[in-house]
Amino acid sequence: MLALILRFALRNPLRHRLRSLLTLAGLTIAILAFGLLGTVVSAWYAGANAASDKRLVTRNAISLTFPMPLAYAERIRAIEGVTDVSWENWFGGVYKEPSNFFPQMAVEPTSFFRLVPEFRVKPEEMQNFLRERRGAIAGRKLAARFGWKIGDLIPIKGTIFAGDYEFILCGIYEGARSSTDEGQFFLRWDYLNERTRQLFPGRSDSVGIYLIGIADARDAAVVAQRVDRSFANSLAETLTETEKAFQLSFVAMTGTIVNAIRIVSWVIILIIMAVMANTMAMAARERTAEYATLKALGFRPGTVAALVYAESFALCAAAATAGILLTGPAARAIGSRLDNLFPVFQVAPETILMQIAAAALIACVAAALPARQAMRVKIVEGLRQAG
Amino acid sequence: MSGSAAPAPLIRIEHVSKHYLRGGEAVPVLADVHFDIARGEYLALMGPSGSGKSTLLNLIAGLDQPSSGRIVVDDTDIAGMNERSLADWRAANIGFIFQFYNLMPVLSALENVELPLQLTRLSARERRERALTALSLVGLADRVKHTPRELSGGQLQRVAIARAIVSDPTLIVADEPTGDLDRKSAEEVLALLLRLNQSLGKTIIMVTHDQHAAQAARAVRHLDKGELSALVENRA
Repeated sequence: MLALILRFALRNPLRHRLRSLLTLAGLTIAILAFGLLGTVVSAWYAGANAASDKRLVTRNAISLTFPMPLAYAERIRAIEGVTDVSWENWFGGVYKEPSNFFPQMAVEPTSFFRLVPEFRVKPEEMQNFLRERRGAIAGRKLAARFGWKIGDLIPIKGTIFAGDYEFILCGIYEGARSSTDEGQFFLRWDYLNERTRQLFPGRSDSVGIYLIGIADARDAAVVAQRVDRSFANSLAETLTETEKAFQLSFVAMTGTIVNAIRIVSWVIILIIMAVMANTMAMAARERTAEYATLKALGFRPGTVAALVYAESFALCAAAATAGILLTGPAARAIGSRLDNLFPVFQVAPETILMQIAAAALIACVAAALPARQAMRVKIVEGLRQAG
Repeated sequence: MSGSAAPAPLIRIEHVSKHYLRGGEAVPVLADVHFDIARGEYLALMGPSGSGKSTLLNLIAGLDQPSSGRIVVDDTDIAGMNERSLADWRAANIGFIFQFYNLMPVLSALENVELPLQLTRLSARERRERALTALSLVGLADRVKHTPRELSGGQLQRVAIARAIVSDPTLIVADEPTGDLDRKSAEEVLALLLRLNQSLGKTIIMVTHDQHAAQAARAVRHLDKGELSALVENRA
């Protein structure tokens, strides 16, 4: 019986090729759009998803824009459960044009790359970076975006730290995973601090965030509390959280946009669901005499309904396959144009699962009403429609 | 006089009435129809449009339920059966032949003939063998892979006949089996039905308004305004 149902499901859509083709095209585009919008949402969370559960981030409790003293580093290092400490400042300069945006961080060079091993730098390039105070390390995608090579001079105009800077590209890091952000630019914190001391002495020896390594991820909350307690009632009280929570706080700022994208993606599914339901309803109406004949021959109403569901699933499965296969190349094409906005733009396995689930949902909902009608076809009335 | 009783009829139609509800009003179609059909009979039901002949056929075939009365087929009262039981009963006992063939357009001739066997426990191989035998019997052994759109009207009806006989049913019901056919094809179909009745002993009830088709049957009954006339034997 299953073979028979499959036979009907695969052959029936071929009876109205144009209609089936248009429905398939619509379904494919909807599944593709759903996947791409899902990928945009994933890209929003890429930083949080790539965060290590063995890293904490400490910032000024008032706001991220308020700095903390450099002296906190040694006090943090002494706290129980802390294995390593690094610090960094958001540099935020302009490379040639403001539109050439990319994240620029002034990092403590040795401890930072020790704490963030997913940024892989060749040993000789790291040596050059540690030797050259004006040195910088760029991500592979960023270097490719601007055509930078090792040894290039990269002029950046400071905005937060005013002045003209010229960095020497000492290394290009690669991500340990495909989901690692390869679009960042790192300069040396000590060099920036030296320039700041010359130009704005009051702003030197201050740190934007501390990156803290911990031995056991399960101790994250306890260690965070210990850090914040250490600086309670000081001039710069701290707020310590996991790296993931820190990243998610940025996502939360744009939560409305993310929610809007999610809503739009489901609206697309709803629209195509209505289109598909219409196609299935037309098909079922045209086959009333066939359903009546099958019932006359002794087939149960459930079998007749199964024919409708099977056809709906066959169409949706074909569209889902095409849509999912197209999502990867489309995401790559879009990602390459949006790499300054979304450094990681990859189709996540969860997105593919959601596409499959959406296709299954469309198939089920679209077939529900026509299947019910097919089940309820009165044999005598249905047979009258033959001929 | 012999003391032996006459053989029990295959079908007993006992005081059957049927009406439809149209706009809240009961429209009578059959009124107190009462007659028997013997096993091995080949009966033509004739009558003008709206006379109730197709309704009567549908009731006998278990496609519809009478408003009152009993229909007993091979000792089974089908008038009181629920939809599920009726479906099983039809699958096991009735072979259908329709005016417009009612074949599945997406299935080949062989697959169409196999359809009723899908409801049995036969293996795929057995189903195929039986369907091939049925198609051979109607002279279409060389058309097994053809889909309905690749066959002529006469061939389509012969496929439908093969489908009707493939499960070896107790009764074959044919609703205007020659109504959509040219004269030559109609003759072929009528000859085939006669052969099924005479050679294989199949009981056939055929609804027709074609006098020529009715003459091919062994007996004829006329229906008019829901009332049945006496049996007219065509030949001994």
